[in-house]
Amino acid sequence: MVASVEAVTGFTESRSLMDFWRRYRRNRLAVAGLFLVLALSLVALLAPLLAPYDPMSTSLDSLQPPGTSRHPLGTDDLGRDILSGVIWGTRVSLLVGVTAAATAVLIGIILGAVAGYYGGYTDAVIMRLTELFQTIPRFVLALVVVALFGRGLAKLVLVIGLLAWPQAARLVRGQFLSQKSLPYVDAARALGLPGWRIIFSEILPNVLAPVIVLASLDVAQAILLEASLGFFGLGDPNVVSWGGMLNHAQGYLRTAWWMSVFPGLGIALAVLGFNLVGDGLNDAINPRLHE
Amino acid sequence: MDGSLPLWRYILGRLLQAVPLLVGILVVNFLLIALAPGDPVTVLLGEYPAPPEYVARLRDEFGLDRPVYVRLGRYIANVLQGNLGFSFAYQVPVVRLVLERLGNTLLLMGTSMTLAALAGLLLGVVSARRPHSPLDSGAMALSLVGYSIPEFWLGQLLVLLFAVALGWLPAQGIRSTRQEYVGLAAALDVGRHLILPAMALSFRYIALIARITRAAMLEVMHQDFIVAARARGVDERRVLWRHGLRNAAIPVATVIGYNYAFILAGSALVETVFGWPGVGRLLFDAILQRDTPVLLGVLLLVSVTVVLVNLVTDVLYAYLDPRVRY
Repeated sequence: MVASVEAVTGFTESRSLMDFWRRYRRNRLAVAGLFLVLALSLVALLAPLLAPYDPMSTSLDSLQPPGTSRHPLGTDDLGRDILSGVIWGTRVSLLVGVTAAATAVLIGIILGAVAGYYGGYTDAVIMRLTELFQTIPRFVLALVVVALFGRGLAKLVLVIGLLAWPQAARLVRGQFLSQKSLPYVDAARALGLPGWRIIFSEILPNVLAPVIVLASLDVAQAILLEASLGFFGLGDPNVVSWGGMLNHAQGYLRTAWWMSVFPGLGIALAVLGFNLVGDGLNDAINPRLHE
Repeated sequence: MDGSLPLWRYILGRLLQAVPLLVGILVVNFLLIALAPGDPVTVLLGEYPAPPEYVARLRDEFGLDRPVYVRLGRYIANVLQGNLGFSFAYQVPVVRLVLERLGNTLLLMGTSMTLAALAGLLLGVVSARRPHSPLDSGAMALSLVGYSIPEFWLGQLLVLLFAVALGWLPAQGIRSTRQEYVGLAAALDVGRHLILPAMALSFRYIALIARITRAAMLEVMHQDFIVAARARGVDERRVLWRHGLRNAAIPVATVIGYNYAFILAGSALVETVFGWPGVGRLLFDAILQRDTPVLLGVLLLVSVTVVLVNLVTDVLYAYLDPRVRY
């Protein structure tokens, strides 16, 4: 009996997944976004093969304008190759963006689910905490935390993840509130399933769709935040990042425009890609909203 | 109005809700000081040599040798008296330093948001008038770009184009250093310096407001009172701008209010690009100079302004749309 139910739901799920892809594919911007994200992921993965130079190594060829075959995007004031920096920067940005967003969404899911499912005092406490973290300006707090506790990739991921969860928590809580009075939850309770099982294996799968949309938009936000911290000189000093390159370019705007233009383009394309994918997923999940 | 609270009761309720938030902000700040690696005196001083008498006074004022709850109490008492510490980099109390810079930041933010509201509304209404026309698609593509470009990079691009390549506008600072202006000329001079940073900061919000206005207009334009106005033979332009826009304006006002914290962050980044002497530039310098009292002071004061702006926005919203006061 149970097996046959699973077979049926499995069937409808794979069908709805194909419907979903059909709806997603119809949105040209969403497809372009997906293409961008895949292309950047490929660059991030293959960075060691694609980059012509070590992005940190200096040379005597300083401030070379772009267009030469040795340095297609030019060099900075220390003779470092901009193209190699942009390629390696892709890896840092995507790595931090995706892992920080995943951290934030995970925290948001747990807190939001617990708040929405249990309600009452637990809910009140968690929601006050959510409000507090939505009030304190995220960028300024991240700045102070990194300045006080030190930089480094892992710390950046942790800081961004720990500050970016409130939106996911609110979303998941709202979804749980509307789900928990439905008959299947009552049935699960009547069967005597423990709370955590009802939360994570009964309700959660039904509310994941909007969370995935948010996760994609969160990656864009996390990439922006990481770049902003880098621009403030608070990136990991041991790796090349787009924000750090722009921080460095600030002193050379009058002499070397290429030091600013190419790393910035990287940030903009990555953020645009994840935003487009998020919007596209949203439209494909809620086809009625899209007239 | 029936069933809804009177406005003053709503305001009172919201004020009470703000209290735990303010306490939370103080606790977060205190925890940062308490948990930061190293001696809390260094955190409260920054990396500056201070006279030993001052260090002793700090230890006493903040109860640094006492248990945590005493320290939290002392910290809150100090903050409530306006004592956010002393910046040895600038040789002034932190509160004075931050408040001095806040005016410049608010000037930049205010100008940018006025610009964003005007341009965003215009763009949104024009797009909504003929949905899916080339003009609409163009405006929406632009808003997509605006939403993805980081403010500080846009600022650098504007410097490259308008200051370096064309030489039309200044790239740095708030007023000319070569010449002293007075009166109207001085205001115009600041205005010239304001153009590029305001463009950089507003672009993202032009994009956001255009998208929201377009959606709100599309929804409003199908409602009965618009259909009725059209049926009465009211001029189409009048329908669009007077009846439609008035109803679309509420979400725009609240979008700016609720995004205040993000606008502030954007301002900090833009100020850094343009050397604009506001709170953001102060933060940037404080990081370079390891001037932690300034960092903590900015965080605290800026968080408090967020609470205030959210409060004002809520009240404004409740005033404009009584349905909110449930």
